[in-house]
Amino acid sequence: MKDREKLEKFGLYDSRFEHDSCGVGFACNIKGVKSNDIILKGLTVLKRLEHRGATGADPKTGDGAGILIQVPHEFCQKVCAENKIELPRAGAYGTGLVFLPQDEKERNFCKNVFFKVIITEGGALLGWRAVPVDNSGIGKSAKATEPVIEQIFIGRQSPVAGRRSTASGQDNLDFERRLYVIRRQVEKAIRASRLKQKSFFYITNLSSRTLSYKGLLMPNQLGDFFLDLKERSLQSAICLVHSRYSTNTFPTWDLAQPFRFLAHNGEINTLRGNINWMQARESLLKSELFKGDLKKILPVIVPGGSDSATIDNVFELLTLSGRSLEHVMLMLIPGAWEENTFLDEKIKDFYKYHNCFMEPWDGPAAIAFTDGTKIGASLDRNGLRPARYIVTKKDLVVMASEVGVLDIPDSDILISGRLEPGKIFFIDTQQGRIIEDKEIKEKVSSQKPYGKWLKGNITELRDGSQLKSLPAGRQARVSPKRGHLMNDLRTVPMLKAFDYTREDLKFILKPMVENAQEPVGSMGNDTPHAVLSQRPQLLYNYFKQLFAQVTNPAIDPIREELVMSLSTYIGKGKNILEETPLHCHKLLVKQPILSNAELEKVRRIKKNGFKTKTISLLFRVKEKDSFKKALERICKEVSSAIKKGYTFIILSDRGVDEEHAALPALLATAGVHHHLVRSSERTQLGIIVESAEPREVHHFALLFGYGADCINPYLAYEAINRLIQEKEISLDLECALHNYIKALDKGILKILSKMGISTLQSYRAAQIFEAVGLSVDVIDTYFTGTVSRIGGATLKTIAEETLLRHQQAFSAQSLQQDYLATGGLYQWKKDGEFHLWNPESIAALQDATRNNDAKKYAEFTQLINDQSKQPATLRSLLRFQAVKPVPIEEVEPIEEIVKRFATGAMSFGSISRSTHETIALAMNRLGGRSNTGEGGEDPLRFTPLPNGDSVRSAIKQVASGRFGVTTNYLVNADELQIKIAQGAKPGEGGQLPGHKVSAIIARTRYTTPGVTLISPPPHHDIYSIEDLAQLIFDLKNVNPRARISVKLVSEIGVGTVAAGVAKGHADMILISAGDGGTGASPLSSIKHAGLPWELGLSETHQTLVLNDLRSRVRLQTDGQMRTGRDVAIAALLGAEEFGFCTAVLIVLGCVMLRHCHLNNCSVGVATQDDILEKRFRGSPEYLMNYFRFVAEELRQIMSNLGVRRIEEMIGRTDLLEVNSAILPWKAKEIDFSRILYKPNVPENISTHCTIKQDHGIDKVLDLELIKLAQAALKEAKPVKINAEIKNTDRTTGAMLSGKVCSIFGEEGLKEDTIYCKFKGVAGQSFGAWLAQGVTFELEGLTNDYVGKGISGGKIIIYPDKNARYKPEDNIIVGNTTFYGAISGEAYIRGVSGERFCIRNSGLNAVVEGVGDHGCEYMTGGRVVILGKTGRNFAAGMSGGIAYVYDVAGNFKKKCNMDMVALEKLTLEDMETIKNLLYRHHKYTESPIAEKILQNLQQEARKFIKVMPLEYKRILGLKDMENKLEVAEVSDG
Amino acid sequence: MGDVKGFLRHKRALAEYRPVCERVKDYCEVCILPKEKHSEEQASRCMDCGTPFCHWGCPIGNYIPEWNDFVFRKDWKEAFTLLDATNNLPEITGRVCPAPCEYACVLGINDDPVTVRENELAIIEYAFKHKLIKPRPPKKRTGKKVAVIGSGPAGLSCAAWLNQAGHKVTVFEKDEKLGGILRFGIPDFKLDKWILDRRIRIWQKEGIEFKSRINAGVDIKAKKLIKDYDAIVVACGSRAPRDLGIAGRDLKGIHFAMDYLIQSNKRLSGQQFAEFELIDAKDKRVVVIGGGDTGADCVGVACRQGASCIVQIEIMPKPAECRTKDYPWPKYPLLLKTSTSHEEGAERRWSILTKKFIGEGGQVKKLSCIRVEFARDSEGCPTMKEIPGTEFEIEADLVILALGFLYPEKKGLIEALKLELDSRGNVKTGANLMTSQKGIFSCGDMHRGQSLIVWAIYEGRAAASHVDKYLAE
Repeated sequence: MKDREKLEKFGLYDSRFEHDSCGVGFACNIKGVKSNDIILKGLTVLKRLEHRGATGADPKTGDGAGILIQVPHEFCQKVCAENKIELPRAGAYGTGLVFLPQDEKERNFCKNVFFKVIITEGGALLGWRAVPVDNSGIGKSAKATEPVIEQIFIGRQSPVAGRRSTASGQDNLDFERRLYVIRRQVEKAIRASRLKQKSFFYITNLSSRTLSYKGLLMPNQLGDFFLDLKERSLQSAICLVHSRYSTNTFPTWDLAQPFRFLAHNGEINTLRGNINWMQARESLLKSELFKGDLKKILPVIVPGGSDSATIDNVFELLTLSGRSLEHVMLMLIPGAWEENTFLDEKIKDFYKYHNCFMEPWDGPAAIAFTDGTKIGASLDRNGLRPARYIVTKKDLVVMASEVGVLDIPDSDILISGRLEPGKIFFIDTQQGRIIEDKEIKEKVSSQKPYGKWLKGNITELRDGSQLKSLPAGRQARVSPKRGHLMNDLRTVPMLKAFDYTREDLKFILKPMVENAQEPVGSMGNDTPHAVLSQRPQLLYNYFKQLFAQVTNPAIDPIREELVMSLSTYIGKGKNILEETPLHCHKLLVKQPILSNAELEKVRRIKKNGFKTKTISLLFRVKEKDSFKKALERICKEVSSAIKKGYTFIILSDRGVDEEHAALPALLATAGVHHHLVRSSERTQLGIIVESAEPREVHHFALLFGYGADCINPYLAYEAINRLIQEKEISLDLECALHNYIKALDKGILKILSKMGISTLQSYRAAQIFEAVGLSVDVIDTYFTGTVSRIGGATLKTIAEETLLRHQQAFSAQSLQQDYLATGGLYQWKKDGEFHLWNPESIAALQDATRNNDAKKYAEFTQLINDQSKQPATLRSLLRFQAVKPVPIEEVEPIEEIVKRFATGAMSFGSISRSTHETIALAMNRLGGRSNTGEGGEDPLRFTPLPNGDSVRSAIKQVASGRFGVTTNYLVNADELQIKIAQGAKPGEGGQLPGHKVSAIIARTRYTTPGVTLISPPPHHDIYSIEDLAQLIFDLKNVNPRARISVKLVSEIGVGTVAAGVAKGHADMILISAGDGGTGASPLSSIKHAGLPWELGLSETHQTLVLNDLRSRVRLQTDGQMRTGRDVAIAALLGAEEFGFCTAVLIVLGCVMLRHCHLNNCSVGVATQDDILEKRFRGSPEYLMNYFRFVAEELRQIMSNLGVRRIEEMIGRTDLLEVNSAILPWKAKEIDFSRILYKPNVPENISTHCTIKQDHGIDKVLDLELIKLAQAALKEAKPVKINAEIKNTDRTTGAMLSGKVCSIFGEEGLKEDTIYCKFKGVAGQSFGAWLAQGVTFELEGLTNDYVGKGISGGKIIIYPDKNARYKPEDNIIVGNTTFYGAISGEAYIRGVSGERFCIRNSGLNAVVEGVGDHGCEYMTGGRVVILGKTGRNFAAGMSGGIAYVYDVAGNFKKKCNMDMVALEKLTLEDMETIKNLLYRHHKYTESPIAEKILQNLQQEARKFIKVMPLEYKRILGLKDMENKLEVAEVSDG
Repeated sequence: MGDVKGFLRHKRALAEYRPVCERVKDYCEVCILPKEKHSEEQASRCMDCGTPFCHWGCPIGNYIPEWNDFVFRKDWKEAFTLLDATNNLPEITGRVCPAPCEYACVLGINDDPVTVRENELAIIEYAFKHKLIKPRPPKKRTGKKVAVIGSGPAGLSCAAWLNQAGHKVTVFEKDEKLGGILRFGIPDFKLDKWILDRRIRIWQKEGIEFKSRINAGVDIKAKKLIKDYDAIVVACGSRAPRDLGIAGRDLKGIHFAMDYLIQSNKRLSGQQFAEFELIDAKDKRVVVIGGGDTGADCVGVACRQGASCIVQIEIMPKPAECRTKDYPWPKYPLLLKTSTSHEEGAERRWSILTKKFIGEGGQVKKLSCIRVEFARDSEGCPTMKEIPGTEFEIEADLVILALGFLYPEKKGLIEALKLELDSRGNVKTGANLMTSQKGIFSCGDMHRGQSLIVWAIYEGRAAASHVDKYLAE
């Protein structure tokens, strides 16, 4: 068995969670003129994208590269002649490269299969040709798996008789279909065969139109590997290229792109759901074109493919069955149409119609696609991948992730553009022109009368007044099935039967109803996993939400709401290969949490053939096995309902009483869903859940995630009603329910957005969860395809838990109460759930560390380490193997061990200044590391104190908000940590409300006091793995001394992500547990998102070791780390460093008030309140005592384990075993073997970090600049530098700026002291962190991330003076420009892409047009835009001012008005604009600026001032203050 | 939590006591019930901690933050529901509990703790005043019969709880009135006895049968008890007082505190005593030996009886006035407590060992004492040492021995039921509080040894739930 398979079978690695993200591009001649030149150009593009790809441990093995070209007939003729193959005319034969087994026998077997299939399909096997390759340049691992590559030629006509023989375009497609049918059959036959080397077999493509060359190669190897590519006779008008960067730890030849139709840069987040839905649809597939052939190709989706391969499979089917390329593209990856006011109704109808039967394939994607004649590229609705294009006067089009990948004379450029979100860039080489997005959409939406069809078929379930029609819960009490009336007396037992606690009411429902928001809490999760808890747990608690990290970005569901949708179309599915009016015969539910009235409407619906059946989820308590039988009964009833023509079923648990209990709604829903997927009937029926169970957001997300279409949470409504009647809530019922549903909506959108998913339709059944503690049987039967790595509770256990709950409510035992149980999940309670941090453990730890009392510390560790009575963590179930000990004196000393300790990222802001500095001081004295957290650090702390102590944090965090991330901050670090996710709320952003932004916080964050600070969910410069590599590169350039770490959160697939991060040259990877965290977060995220580190760390270590990447990178882990035993287990599972957070705060006085989010910490730890901060009593000594205790405890364990140094114990899982004696009742079946799996690797492969990463900063342009700027750096004398620049010159300016700052500090140099003039196309991150005194002038174009974090520098960009195009209409700079800018100036002569000046703190910038989301999250600075803006301008903008020159007069519609007002200019504004435009003109010679300046009074009217409301208020207050001060002075 | 900043807005303020000059003239309660508004304000100081140490410190796990919040929001009814959920006698603990909860209060770390005990009292008195407390007889009867022997806090809580579970409960009390130590051990000025009667009346209406003046095991034979009842709970307290076996102990005028207090309470409830039985402090020089709560009660009683002077002595050194390292937060600390009785006038002295009593004509006249000091031995255990040359005498006409209790009385019930005892002389039980005899349970001081009322309530409730489980089997 190969390593990968072994790891997958016995370890934690799961290949389904591999990601890739890549460089994609094409070169094409618009007129369809074939040439070899296009192919060479394509290869050049590929090479110039190399930095976007990655290599594994073996530096010569890439993740894959390839090209797709038109079938080169001339070339084929030539080679066929050489090989004595008789080739018919162009188009009459199909060809393709086939990867074959190395073993000759097996190879012949494969060829034989081909032969047979071709014959049966009536084609002719014309011959095989060995494809000449030169593998001398490729890597070791690529060589090891290198297949034999041959090219096959298949004739259209069978030699015996011509089956179909005309030659029109349609027939061309007919031939393609036959080739497709042949390919699928061969693929299936080989897959089913017993060949040993069948994994070698792969058909790249089989077509009469296109041909691809690809393999497990690096971009620059491709041209040398395939000797064909050196042939001048190889010609094409189209060359689609792709370079892969995979987190994939085991890259393979077959996953290289392009595929048959497309090449993809990005990620499909909803893949699992899409695959399930496709499977569900297969039984309905019918096609006139395919006739009986269709079943030969099933399944449509080839198992085991990547997300890109999967979408290619579907794309292929939909295209070959008759839809046009562009039609299919718009159908699979629709733009955000629902809220788009600029979109034509007709186009909306097109989208809406297709939405009825195809859920979006959602995720960041730049897809380039071609059929050999037409070629196009499309971007997802969020525009999260870059795609730039250049059109030249010579009919050449180059499209790629970057500009500058091909050297094109500037005077030739006709258009410099970018792909926009949801839009298509399309070329038809037959027509010889570029077809505009608008024309394409107009055309496809006119194909059928979609609008008319929709009108006649879609029924909308209207909300509007439905809440009014719900009379005070009365309706809620009618039990439709059993006719019971639920009176108040019955509410309590009902609530109990469904495990409602007082906490559910107080901490969940009440805040949701009162604030229409999800409730917030803090301090992580220290309760047992559901499977370990002694209490019966709702099934929901066994699932953890997954989230996007690194490989694709989370979305901001608040500020970027316009891309999101909850709309649901339910009703019978149809054959997706056809389009009929009945395809949209659906019930449209815009908001899928149904009120009781809405549910009744659905229940009674009779319209249009809709019919609803209610199926009961109840089972008899006293009957044996009735739980399981009920599940079976329900599936049967559902199937028979389909046969009887029902369109909707309601799964209902109404009617619970003494004798009847309810099946867990989640189990029933998922069970029914999978039952129907298996029988390919799922699309025949809408599933509506009427259940008492769901109450919190996580419950709803799970129900949707496992197939529910709509949900009616009737008992939650009832509970709210009760709260109102008891005057706990002072709102009327209508308003209360409205708020509750609104809170749910927002919460669900947030959970979707965490995964980067925009629509509920795509999220539905996508199963984006990992189960912890459910047995394989339960998963396979009811939650098929869900990850559950340690096994656990069986169906019987789940049944028992259900019965226990029921008993609590209805048992004959009459010690019964009319109040609900405590809960104790969110607060520790005596009679509630167990918490590891409880009064005893907290008190013991504080006592031990304050008095440096080792005995007390031993008491503390006993409380934590011995969880035999109530295990809470996975590690508590492990114990150390008994081995021969070593004397403790031989174990490395405490002083060495504490250096491996770090404290968690807690920002100054979340914790008080005293706490923050105490931690830093203690860690510096110990030689460990403290972490700034997000939010900057006061520069005063960078200087050591007179006594030699230092309060400077060694680790400087770089988070998505980039608050206070100045050049100076970065250079004053030993470690720069990129926070991708945090345990408490992975995948989410944050918000520091204005009232908490005090003067000192504002100063360290470089913002205005009182102005709300929003941290976006993603880093806007990390949408994919190659972006992360870029940020690592950026940071390394600014501060080459600092190591770069990346913080991830444990979840399935984190190992593969970590492999990608290791390939991206991170020096250290931190795997945080999902249960850690101190900061304020939504409760559902604290409890239900992310996994424990035991899983994540172990998976990461295993994956890295097997790929020999472990030696390059250190691993750290944190999350609920408390004792030396915890540390020992972490080391044995693979960590070499250890992080502590909550324990640190407790040592310093925290007593787990869990009030951090209220700024009300009574012990002064987590507060900014002056009075409370004075109550802080912590001291660095306490913390030092603590860490020494931990180290000493660890030493003792090491001595017992017979290891002397920590290095010796890393990854030694053989020293651990399961302590099966203490497994609690639900966890008897738990299986730790995957966690404890130890990959068997040769001795020369290191299992801990031994070598340094090669960051490649030894050849950057900055080294040259620094040399030339010596005069400035040494004597602050002005220097002028001229230099050429190209797209591979990345992060220019950062290293220079780092130097400036480390010499001159934050103040830097005088303006223009180092003046660099560049010419050419700059690579990514041009001018990043440009320091005060450095000016960059660029004549040419740039890519993404210009001026990120600019800290006082000046950037001037204008196109080449020879360029003939109009800069104000063309893209000059890329996306995400000036992200996190601190201060400085920028003048851009031309248009920028998406997200201009995002999170700008204080930069003044002028630009001549921007894309979507301009000035998003801006908190300061002035921005002048002399042209068009995209949509969603000023979203989340809380400070600064933007001035938009709105000539078209439609700006208002594009602006997100949530936080800003639009105003006229004041005199002061005019002055600002005048000054900025004056300089803009001076530096760039912009004619627009000139024009406006000439007539400023007139032109000023066309300016709109975008003013954040909060900022205005604050400025107003300041004005008042100033005036008062003046008044006082004058009085005096 | 209603008011997150409540603790910054308001300082801890205790309800008032009646003025000393007034209160020493009668035996009425010294404390004045807090006003609702006062309690609401004080309750707002509660921070509703994520880890409520008060709730942890309270043996019965009162839902303190939850009901504080309800009080703050004027939702007294809900507050009562939750208070009632964990405590059968909040009107008692609200008056006399030493409130370990308050010592564990998080605010106590760097501020004054929340007035938990008084808030409890306010809630329960509100509930009585507004008739929120009504008899709630169980809906169903199980048909099982349980005898509870002893009507102190443990027995009563146990009975109430068992009754709620539907069992038929009979409470036996050997005294003429119910309540055990609650009635006779605590002076009226701290706990007026109508308060107890008020509660017992409710329980009677709920169906508990109370039989006083019956010495179970003596008046009813053990065999009959065992035959008549499906389960028996013995909760007779720990009444054997610790004695001081020194010279002169048999002089007249030396009494156990409990004898003194019980008699005082009985006299107040109208019982007459013969002259020779009377223990009265009027115009006497009173010495109370023992510095605990019982001693303080004796001081208060002596004061009201008109003692000419009162001295309270304690062998241990004077406790600290605030927490020391030995008692870090949130532990219940040993601190100097000044009770209302002390305020009323008594001299308190520490580190004094009584060597002998000296009398005249069989009547005690003096105590011969010496000062002592404590050191720690190598094990860390405190050892006492007399300080030579510090001998002195205290004049006394009445000496009260308030030295605590040793174990339950062994005669009578324990013998009759043949209950095994533990090494300390208390009734031995398993984890389920069942004694060595099947079906016989024990709780409270009788099992636990002398302790607080809340612990008795805790044990009573725990016993009830074990009995309930036992009866269900």
